[in-house]
Amino acid sequence: MVEKQLIKGSEAIAEAAIRNGCKYFFGYPITPQNEIPEYMAKRLPELGGTFLQGESEIAAIYMVLGASAAGARVMTSSSSPGISLKQGGISYLSGSELPCVIVNIMRGGPGLGAIQGAQPDYWQATRGGGHGDYRLLVLAPATVQEAVDLTFEAFDLADKYRNPVMILGDGVLAQIMEPVTIPEAKAWQENHPWAVGKQHHRERNMICASYPDVEILEKVNQKLHMKYDEIRRSEVRWESFRLEDAKYVLVAYGTAARIAKAAVKTAREKGIKAGLMRPISVWPFPQQPFIDLIPQAKFFLSVELCTGQMIDDVRLATGNARPVYHFGRLGGVLPLPEEIVDRLEQLIKEES
Amino acid sequence: MTHKCLIAGSGGQGIMLIGKILAHSGMREGKHVMFLPSYGSEMRGGTANCSVILSDEEIDAPVIDQPTCLIAMNAPSFDKFEQKLAPKGIVIVNSSMVVRKAEREDLFIAGVPANELAREIEAERVANMIMLGTLIAATQCVTLESVMESLEELLPPHRHHLLPSNQKALEAGMKLVKKS
Repeated sequence: MVEKQLIKGSEAIAEAAIRNGCKYFFGYPITPQNEIPEYMAKRLPELGGTFLQGESEIAAIYMVLGASAAGARVMTSSSSPGISLKQGGISYLSGSELPCVIVNIMRGGPGLGAIQGAQPDYWQATRGGGHGDYRLLVLAPATVQEAVDLTFEAFDLADKYRNPVMILGDGVLAQIMEPVTIPEAKAWQENHPWAVGKQHHRERNMICASYPDVEILEKVNQKLHMKYDEIRRSEVRWESFRLEDAKYVLVAYGTAARIAKAAVKTAREKGIKAGLMRPISVWPFPQQPFIDLIPQAKFFLSVELCTGQMIDDVRLATGNARPVYHFGRLGGVLPLPEEIVDRLEQLIKEES
Repeated sequence: MTHKCLIAGSGGQGIMLIGKILAHSGMREGKHVMFLPSYGSEMRGGTANCSVILSDEEIDAPVIDQPTCLIAMNAPSFDKFEQKLAPKGIVIVNSSMVVRKAEREDLFIAGVPANELAREIEAERVANMIMLGTLIAATQCVTLESVMESLEELLPPHRHHLLPSNQKALEAGMKLVKKS
């Protein structure tokens, strides 16, 4: 058995990426995720890879685009304001169907905000983020172990769909230390048949996201959307906790889900039939599990570290069948499980 | 059993190291553990604190409402966190830095003149290990053996000559509890 190691979330993300063949990292520093580039700066040169701090986030994301177009396994990471700056490049990556992994360690916003754990970038992450009608596959780990597992897998998913994959975390996930098992390093060969350049065995490839002919561009968009539909069918992930007989369904992802899980345990001790539905893929959103919960649920309570964004997806999934409420603390303040239970009890009272 | 520890002081007092050692030691003993630094824009000299949870059960919420134990390395930390402690919580106070008495009467308070003791043993920089020694003796959350093994793993080899003085500091801290 592989021994567990105590490791910080951000370093665990970096090591998991390396173990699955990531050899190139381009970024620009910003707290609370600087341990990711720091770790990459130390490790990648040892492995014959490249770490490069760009002159800005914008430069860094286009370096990612270049490396990906050349067929490399590549990653970037940042925190909310930096991710906003990268959006143009992410749109080009998506339009060019280039795989890469992008880590967003969210902070409170808007503007520069603050570095403590918050979740105000859900809309940005799950609606593409930049211009154009595209989607990212977005995975939201709640623990350091899950951050390791999802980051490792993210590279394979990015290649499988030729699409950027985002790891959506926050300051708690990046800074917390927990015992984890990191998978053994996997051999990965750069041999994408679509990569740019002319090689002796094939014709010259071009990568582009520019289609001046509207007829062609419409077809490109249709093709992209067939791919997104395939991702919707195949890559939905979630975890349920005590939902078997739950009448009150808490919904939360990432750090908020950890606190909501503790709240469910407290509520159960009080005899309240609460359960937790935790989306792991926030895009694609796990719609069907919500539909399946409608007959037993009295209401849904979306617990988010923002004013309520995922609540839209819960409403889209459940329609008007059941009330959907929100509870959240903002700006980096973490709610206590008891606060969530208080809100739950208050809602139960109002509903009856 | 769940220990929710808050370790607080000022930057440079070895607060984060205490937290990391506790989490490491707990992991060695097969416990569920979590270490979370309070992360602001503070540097050396500013306030620093971290929370550590050691538990026989899975750890859900990474937030501590009521710590079961507190290390207060300086006066502002004691002022800030005394009222937050769980009923009958354990407080290890650095009496070299904190002069006031506790306001609450339900707490178990161990006053440790950590800076003076540290100077006797080696230098002020081992004050944090004295406090940690008192904490593990008062809470029984981890053993001295696990702490020493963790220290050996966490310290780079060129610092291993400091292990004996760290052990001395830990033992000095532990002795204070046995006496009281």
